Amino acid sequence: MTEEKVNLEENDTTTQSGVFLPKIEELVVSSSPHVHDNQTVRKIMLTVLLALVPSCLCGIYFYGINALMVIIYCVVFSVAVEVLWCRIAGKKTDTWKDCSAILTGVLLAMNLSAGIPWWVCLIGAGIGIGIGKQIYGGLGYNPFNPALVARVALLVAFPKLMTTWVPSRFMTENPVYDKIITYAPSAEQLKGKVIPFLSNTCDSITCATPLGVVKELSKSGVHNVSAFDAVSNTPMYWDYFFGNMGGCLGETSVLALLAGGIFLIAMKIIKWHIPVTYIATVAIFSAAIHAANPAITPGPLFHVITGGLFLGAFFMATDMVTSPITKKGMIIFGIGCGIITSLIRIWGNYPEGVSFSILLMNAVVPLIDKFTVTVPFGYKAAEKKVGA
Amino acid sequence: MSNLHHDDHIYFAGGVHPEEGKYLSESKAIQEAPLLDSYTVILNQHIGAPPKLIVKKGDAVKKGQLLAEAGGFVSAPVHSPTSGTVRNIEDCPGPMGVPLLAVVIDSDGKDEWGSSLEPIADWENTSPDDLKKRISDAGLVGMGGAAFPTHVKLSPPPEKKIDHLIFNGAECEPYLTADHRLMLEYPESVVEGCAIIARVLGVKNIYIGIEANKPDAIKVLREKAASFGVNIIALRVRYPQGAEKQLIYAVTGRKVPAGGLPMDAGCVVQNIGTAVAVTEAVKEGKPLFERVTTVTGEPLANPGNWKFRIGTPVSKAIELAGGVKYSPAKVILGGPMMGFAQKNLQVPVMKNTSGILLLSKEQLVQYESYPCIRCGRCVDACPMNIIPGPLSTMIESGEFELAEKNNLMHCIECGSCAYVCPSFRPLVQHFRRGKAEINARKRKMKK
Amino acid sequence: METVLIAFILMTLSGILLGCIIGAAAKFFFVKSDPRIEDVNEMLPGANCGGCGKAGCSDLARAIVAGECVPGSCPVCSLAVVGRIAAYLGVDAGSSVKKAAVVFCGGSNSKARKSVNYNGINDCISASLIAGGPKDCRFGCMGLASCARVCPFNAIEVIDGLACVHSDICTGCGKCIESCPRKLIRLVPETAPFHVYCNSPEKGVEKKKNCDVACIACRKCLKAAGEDQMKIEGFLAQVNYDNMPGADVIEKAACPTSCISSPENHFPGTLKKENAAR
Ligand code: SF4
Ligand code: SF4
Repeated sequence: MTEEKVNLEENDTTTQSGVFLPKIEELVVSSSPHVHDNQTVRKIMLTVLLALVPSCLCGIYFYGINALMVIIYCVVFSVAVEVLWCRIAGKKTDTWKDCSAILTGVLLAMNLSAGIPWWVCLIGAGIGIGIGKQIYGGLGYNPFNPALVARVALLVAFPKLMTTWVPSRFMTENPVYDKIITYAPSAEQLKGKVIPFLSNTCDSITCATPLGVVKELSKSGVHNVSAFDAVSNTPMYWDYFFGNMGGCLGETSVLALLAGGIFLIAMKIIKWHIPVTYIATVAIFSAAIHAANPAITPGPLFHVITGGLFLGAFFMATDMVTSPITKKGMIIFGIGCGIITSLIRIWGNYPEGVSFSILLMNAVVPLIDKFTVTVPFGYKAAEKKVGA
Repeated sequence: MSNLHHDDHIYFAGGVHPEEGKYLSESKAIQEAPLLDSYTVILNQHIGAPPKLIVKKGDAVKKGQLLAEAGGFVSAPVHSPTSGTVRNIEDCPGPMGVPLLAVVIDSDGKDEWGSSLEPIADWENTSPDDLKKRISDAGLVGMGGAAFPTHVKLSPPPEKKIDHLIFNGAECEPYLTADHRLMLEYPESVVEGCAIIARVLGVKNIYIGIEANKPDAIKVLREKAASFGVNIIALRVRYPQGAEKQLIYAVTGRKVPAGGLPMDAGCVVQNIGTAVAVTEAVKEGKPLFERVTTVTGEPLANPGNWKFRIGTPVSKAIELAGGVKYSPAKVILGGPMMGFAQKNLQVPVMKNTSGILLLSKEQLVQYESYPCIRCGRCVDACPMNIIPGPLSTMIESGEFELAEKNNLMHCIECGSCAYVCPSFRPLVQHFRRGKAEINARKRKMKK
Repeated sequence: METVLIAFILMTLSGILLGCIIGAAAKFFFVKSDPRIEDVNEMLPGANCGGCGKAGCSDLARAIVAGECVPGSCPVCSLAVVGRIAAYLGVDAGSSVKKAAVVFCGGSNSKARKSVNYNGINDCISASLIAGGPKDCRFGCMGLASCARVCPFNAIEVIDGLACVHSDICTGCGKCIESCPRKLIRLVPETAPFHVYCNSPEKGVEKKKNCDVACIACRKCLKAAGEDQMKIEGFLAQVNYDNMPGADVIEKAACPTSCISSPENHFPGTLKKENAAR
């Protein structure tokens, strides 16, 4: 109230009748519209972060305090790299405040194993923010999802580290898993190779992801339905659903990811098109292959709820900057991701194809955009008229 | 509000629903603005050829007397808002920042009537051509914004069959309530004006589209409308429901072809304000020299709706509204979505000034030059179904041909996209820039 | 180890082979061209600015050798270089006055009134669409650097909301002229002793309201200058660049608004050459 008064006393543009007129020098001219719905980039990023909270909590719950540390490392390093880069490049250094670097950090952490050393986080953050984003000019210009660039680069650079997973702490305690190892194909079937689910090396217990086991099985030439059954059966599906398995921090709990994803769709931050078409394509594709020959790959449910599909579909593929802008484009994008993911999973060299497929599809987004330009309101009628 | 009952079952896709802000002035009855000492009547208040001045400095004029006659078919005459003398003919600041030639009239305080137009009491038996001539003589233009001379819209080429006449009472712009009050307080004039225009066009299907957030106006008009065969349609509350093409779609389900005019869909769209002015011009012989304008905004002491004479400076209008409580950050002519920010308060009220809006510092939008994050919010909001975000990036990097291929010219500058953009990109400004560039190039090509 | 070796040998072999093919191709498909073109091209500045109206420096070199253009057509070369080219080819140098761009406005932020704040795209054309531009004067420089961005030589610097051309860096290529929505930039002889830094055709009183350094058409400079050396057009004094007045006119005219000034003194604030050369 006092402020208002000061404002008015200073006002010298008073008319004779004693009312106050606007002060010209305080006026702003700009283009219409003159109002805004107050949605900001920062708010969008914060909402996505909020949607990731359940998955983070799940990761911490299953993998312990190490998981928390990985998340913290990734976030801190990402923000640090962003600020540093902007400072060196002489740009505004407050871009991290839009929270996109924090989001990249969290997403990167979601893609790492809980047992990863801190320096891998640093390299990842450097690659993600530096090469994945800032080199193109920062948020909005990057053609590829920064977190995925980091993940793939790390996967190529440190294949061993990046595919060594910490088992969920319930797995080590649960005798069921020992049993599963006994369910696993015999050494003879594997031609001398052992595919362990849990392996107790001298310093730590590591664990394979279900997809990893399947890949090893098919690589070693075991085309045997019962071999797949060892990792794809109903009690294990429930574990996969809740996240009680080995894998990346954020990939584990389908339930948590689904909750976050639905939240994002409800908040109108992302649209359903990409996640739904992506997951559906993977399901249909693997179902078809499974139906054709169940010895090639396990059924669709296995493909949908293991690995990084949910994380990828809801949080990575929907990254606004690197996905198509029209609904039609999103559907094409989702289908493309789904097909490439399935191809890599079933016939590729890597057990998991989500990151690669999204990156590949990122690269064709400009093309998709070009072919999915919307038809303006009333346009068809015009064409008809010309034809008539 | 959006769950209010509405009759239209065809929606245009996109659009936004900004804070309505109408509460400030929607319950304020229209007040007659007191006579001022002088008025600055801009000559070229419409789209089309500038009118020909017929008075000179020092001439005595009467209220309603012709100041300038139409300078062609697509043009409209201008009349004196009061009696007095012509003080000067000079440039005065225009709403777009470009000075415009204006007649300054010193009022003599007598406000003597001097219109040469005779009232036509029995319009039902007057020939459509005479009615149309009256409309053109009275200087009527579209009062919603574009200020297109009304008689031109009422003279469609014979090969276009017009079967629908639609009146725009949507008033989808936030804050503005002038049309709302007009419908509430002058329902007979509104409906009668509709009927007169329908007679000129020889059209039987007459509709008034009103957004469902004005249930009182809908009720009042429904009572009056039946006797004139006018249908009232409650529209979904969605900006830009009042945009011509969207309105036609909501009322008739027809899409105006891209690049076409409403008449290509067999429709003529007029504003409610124009309907009232038509009634007055025909029944009272009163040319268009005053209009109802909303003066509103949080910083104002006393927002409301006034009947201003054309030529009232904005500063006077603000003074009438009690002045400001604290200094505003923006003064806008028109509504918040499509209006023009002003840098001079001497700009006079014109025939198409539907509102004068003041915005406080808190409401100010700070446009930034951040890149588009491709969130797609603008795509969802665009009522013309184009892709504003990437389009603006093309214009930013000077790729105008590409922008044109990506449907730049379809943009109606409604502002829905910039309203939702989280990157605060000045999208509409980009599009204006791009259109200006493309039009300039086309002109060059022709030469 | 063997694989590495094989790869190494393979690469070397294919390198040698391809090199031979390219060499042979260059010999067999050699197009005879006038060697003088090459030489003239060497002498031209190589900025490819397009100021001569050709597609680039080598195109101009071809045109000069072919006799289509005089060596003086290059706006960028110094007279000495033009002379050298002319001597080399044994042709007439062609008279060319070195021209430089000048922004005909003096309304820096401290001199021209800017009653409201502009918020929007940082581009002059876009800004001129909003309420007639950020400054009160509708004819002056908006200071949003559209011209500076198109200048291939970084010769334009915006100082205190006013674009200024560094005439020593400016090559007179004329790229900036199109970029200015107010048509403030013109090419004039670099040797001109002074300019009238105003572009507003409005009446003196009106201009004075908007700007401290506007030309108010008082004709003092016209009287100070010789016959036909300056002219007034629509309340705006102009130097006749075909018949230039002397530098003493600045003193003699004592322009009441200091609208007339020599290019060196025109820049508001101190001129930072290193800045512009950047
Ligand atoms: S201003 Fe143009 S692009 Fe933006 S929403 Fe409106 S019609 Fe679409
Ligand atoms: S709303 Fe803004 S940020 Fe989002 S796509 Fe459109 S222009 Fe880009």
